[in-house]
Amino acid sequence: MRELIRELVETYGPSGVEDEIRAVIRAEVEDLADEIRVDPLGSLVARKHGGDGGKRVVLAAHMDEIGIMVSYVDEKGFARFTRIGGVYSLNTVGDRVAFSNGTVGVVGVEQKRANATKIPTLDELYLDVGATSREDCPVAVGDSAVFVRPLDIQGTRLIAKAMDDRIGCAVLIETLRRLESTPHDLYFVFTVQEEVGLFGAGTSAYGIDPDVAIAVDVTGNGDTPESYPMAVALGKGPAVKVMDSGMIAHRAVKDVMVQRAKDAGIPYQLEVLARGTTDAMAMQVVRSGVPSGCLSIPCRYVHTPSEMVDERDVENAVCLMLEVLRADL
Amino acid sequence: MILKELSEAIGVSGQEGPVRAVILDAIRGHVDEVEVDTLGNVLALKRGTGPEPVRAMVAAHMDEIGLMVVGHDSDGFLRVSQVGGIDARLLPGKVLRVGPEGIPGVIGIKPVHLLKGDEYKKVPKLDSLVIDIGAKNKDEARGLAPLGTCATFGTTYREFGPTVSGKAFDDRAGCAVLVELLRGERLPCDLHAVFTVQEEVGLRGARVAAFKIAPDCGCALEGTICDDIPKDKDASPTTEMGGGPAITVMDRSFVADRRLVELLIGTAEDLGIPYQIKRPGIGGTDAGAIHRSRGGVPSVTVAVPCRYIHSPAALLSLDDFDNTVRLMRESLSRLTQRTLRRE
Amino acid sequence: MEVILLLKQLSEADGLAGYEEPVRGVVSETWTPLVDEMRVGGLGSLIGLKRGTGPEPRPKVMLAAHMDEVGLMVSGLEKGFLHIAGVAGADPRAVLGLEVVVHAERDLPGIVATRPPHVIPSDERQKTVPWDKLFVDVGLPADQVEQLVTVGDLISIRCEMAELKNRRVAGKALDDRACVAAVTLALEKLAKVNHVWDVYAVATTQEETGLKGATTSAYGIAPDLAIALDVTFGNQPGLRDTEVFPLGEGPTIAVGPNLHPALVDHLKSVADAQEIPYHIEPVPGRSGTDAWAIQVSREGVPTALIGIPTRYMHQPVEMLAAQDVERAGRLLAAFVASLEADFLESIAWPESEESE
Repeated sequence: MRELIRELVETYGPSGVEDEIRAVIRAEVEDLADEIRVDPLGSLVARKHGGDGGKRVVLAAHMDEIGIMVSYVDEKGFARFTRIGGVYSLNTVGDRVAFSNGTVGVVGVEQKRANATKIPTLDELYLDVGATSREDCPVAVGDSAVFVRPLDIQGTRLIAKAMDDRIGCAVLIETLRRLESTPHDLYFVFTVQEEVGLFGAGTSAYGIDPDVAIAVDVTGNGDTPESYPMAVALGKGPAVKVMDSGMIAHRAVKDVMVQRAKDAGIPYQLEVLARGTTDAMAMQVVRSGVPSGCLSIPCRYVHTPSEMVDERDVENAVCLMLEVLRADL
Repeated sequence: MILKELSEAIGVSGQEGPVRAVILDAIRGHVDEVEVDTLGNVLALKRGTGPEPVRAMVAAHMDEIGLMVVGHDSDGFLRVSQVGGIDARLLPGKVLRVGPEGIPGVIGIKPVHLLKGDEYKKVPKLDSLVIDIGAKNKDEARGLAPLGTCATFGTTYREFGPTVSGKAFDDRAGCAVLVELLRGERLPCDLHAVFTVQEEVGLRGARVAAFKIAPDCGCALEGTICDDIPKDKDASPTTEMGGGPAITVMDRSFVADRRLVELLIGTAEDLGIPYQIKRPGIGGTDAGAIHRSRGGVPSVTVAVPCRYIHSPAALLSLDDFDNTVRLMRESLSRLTQRTLRRE
Repeated sequence: MEVILLLKQLSEADGLAGYEEPVRGVVSETWTPLVDEMRVGGLGSLIGLKRGTGPEPRPKVMLAAHMDEVGLMVSGLEKGFLHIAGVAGADPRAVLGLEVVVHAERDLPGIVATRPPHVIPSDERQKTVPWDKLFVDVGLPADQVEQLVTVGDLISIRCEMAELKNRRVAGKALDDRACVAAVTLALEKLAKVNHVWDVYAVATTQEETGLKGATTSAYGIAPDLAIALDVTFGNQPGLRDTEVFPLGEGPTIAVGPNLHPALVDHLKSVADAQEIPYHIEPVPGRSGTDAWAIQVSREGVPTALIGIPTRYMHQPVEMLAAQDVERAGRLLAAFVASLEADFLESIAWPESEESE
């Protein structure tokens, strides 16, 4: 799965500009799915027919990533920017971003900013793309960029930008690859615009009208120095979501994941996340309500350029997903 | 110009009646169908001439921000809360119009002579301000402006030459553009023109209208922020008055559909219509509600740049206004099913 | 049913947002003799249908009150103590020292605790204890706790409803079970009067986590009209007089963009005709109630909001006057009975008439 993950995390795809990443994922799933389509906002839907009597199940991972968007180019050719999703200035100074046309920019901080001992505000940062004037600046207002970081592998740890949520995409693709049979009508949905408001998942789920929906996304951790208490650690298995700040997972969906993990001897953890939510929140309120849950990959340093997951958790997430889909829900 | 009537109509979120009346009057005879839905949106359809016409929803909101009466003092003053985002710095010393009949009222603050220390540096909080309509006591105040009555600025429309000024250009400017589109020639696409309610309190009218229409694509028309007055550093003006219609790529409510953005830019460049890209990440519009309707609706926002929106007197350039009408008309003329096809 | 007994049953039932089964059972049992059909919606809302007498297709009115409550959940284990998270808007200022039950492998009694005041810096004593410094202690050795308790276990607050002077009551979850009680009283009254419209009584779920049960059940029912009921702020010290309403002087009827003005006018006229006292509650924007979700369901639903003044919201001592619950129930029943088959036409927006 490593090469798949490498390809996914290193591809460009900020919210709203998912064409490249969609093409990459499409190429991976095209031959595995019975049907494939792109819905009105750009989410990729790969359908796998099941037998009779199964449920219509949506599995969703978002393919967009956080990034920045140019908001102004000044007379000297420096760009100002706004965030696409949860980008924080603490993580960005000195970092590099890349645009879809290959232009690279360095994030700088104003030397004369108001309070040099405080974390700068986004307004005090700028992007240096090597231009000398507004006229020769290769980027324009409205252009989007993402962090530049290759995948690094250290033991079982995988480190890259955009693990959130390309690792979820990888879990779905790998699940589809290994899936032998299922009673269910499965929709593998690679959603758009999650980071800016869960927009793709809600609309895709509306179009599909599923009986059950499960998001696969990253979650936080409580196993780093002086972290808030959170009973989730890297390497101890995928996390079954109980609650986050946007939703309470449907009890039956949560329970079935736990039960299948126990039965198959797959390590798992239970997750109560204080801040953050996933596509499952948007899917649960579609139409008359969809029982929804989330399978999470524990991840450190979420929304920084170096998001870290454990390969064993990813593998176990695939195994658990296969167990969940194998039998009745 | 219809903008004058629209600007001067009183229509705080939830109480858009007077604006609705102006619009229904203005579009009568220019549309194939019109109805008012359960929330008070005006839904008008002008059918397209093309084969397989794209069903385009173009929305402008009728409502404006304002104040709501939430209490009456024994001396006859009205206690108020805000409807939508109101800048408390703008309120002292202003004349308002209260209720659908437009009863005049004023907001005054403590005389400057009586301030202590650096009290003058502080902006009076909204819950310390009252509207004075000259009522003698609580009963009279309650009779004239019962709980829930809304108030807005009392400004009238003025012509400055190339620019005009008035209240509520956010979004009566958008409404005026939409009225002009309906009054013009038929377009190849089906134009579902929607004058929405309750944008300022959460994009609520557009949401139900988009559900009902289930359009192929959406566009919000706005009067949007200009920040082109002098400032400390070389920073974005958000939009510039005189710079042409402003196209939104991303704001706090949505990411615009790239194909629609390219259609607008391509049209503007082909025809030499000035345009600008609005500073991303600022504000939110009805497009945010439309694009997440049902299975998803590719959407965009186009705006007339307006200085000083959400204040008693905004300012816009008539050239920008005309160019917005023209850009919309020409872009809608080029909108076909192929525009929305994804390879 | 006698209102105080009904309030007590509802208040004392468990029903944390997302886990409303116990309280749904109580409501279901109470509603069974009062409705023609009952079903559970996608997210667990209880939907009771009482058919009207008009010709089909009959218009539908939805009466919504939420049955979920705020509470606590186990978020981690440390040395035999339970880390806890607030669910659905629990107030961290009002949990320290509470007696609770942890719904673990078996139910475990527990206490919400933190470090003793004597040993912490004095400035820390002036501050609310943050969630990560609050624990539940179940008084068992760590190894037993590890065996019995799992992350995600629910914690309910042990609290009997108190009956106070002047038919006032105080208890947990009266937000919004008091309004479920009002809907129940209305159903009882409607058993004895003719009503033309179909009535959908809905005890919604997950209101406190984002109006979710109301969103999904309104979509499923597709009502022509809706009345949401929720508690509103009662008069108590420290609040501005424009944001509170006195206990025992009747329910509130809300006005503002969230509410359909002609529908509100009709509701007021029903209250006047029935001599039910009420206060007008101005709501300038987001009402924060199920009404906010229902109004924008599908193509839009004319919606009204009735409030019951309640003190100490989101604390286990929510307090209100039983008379106000009875009045809300009477008002609802009289409103439903007043709906003629063509009522919707009477609330069309005035400007729309000439254009048709």
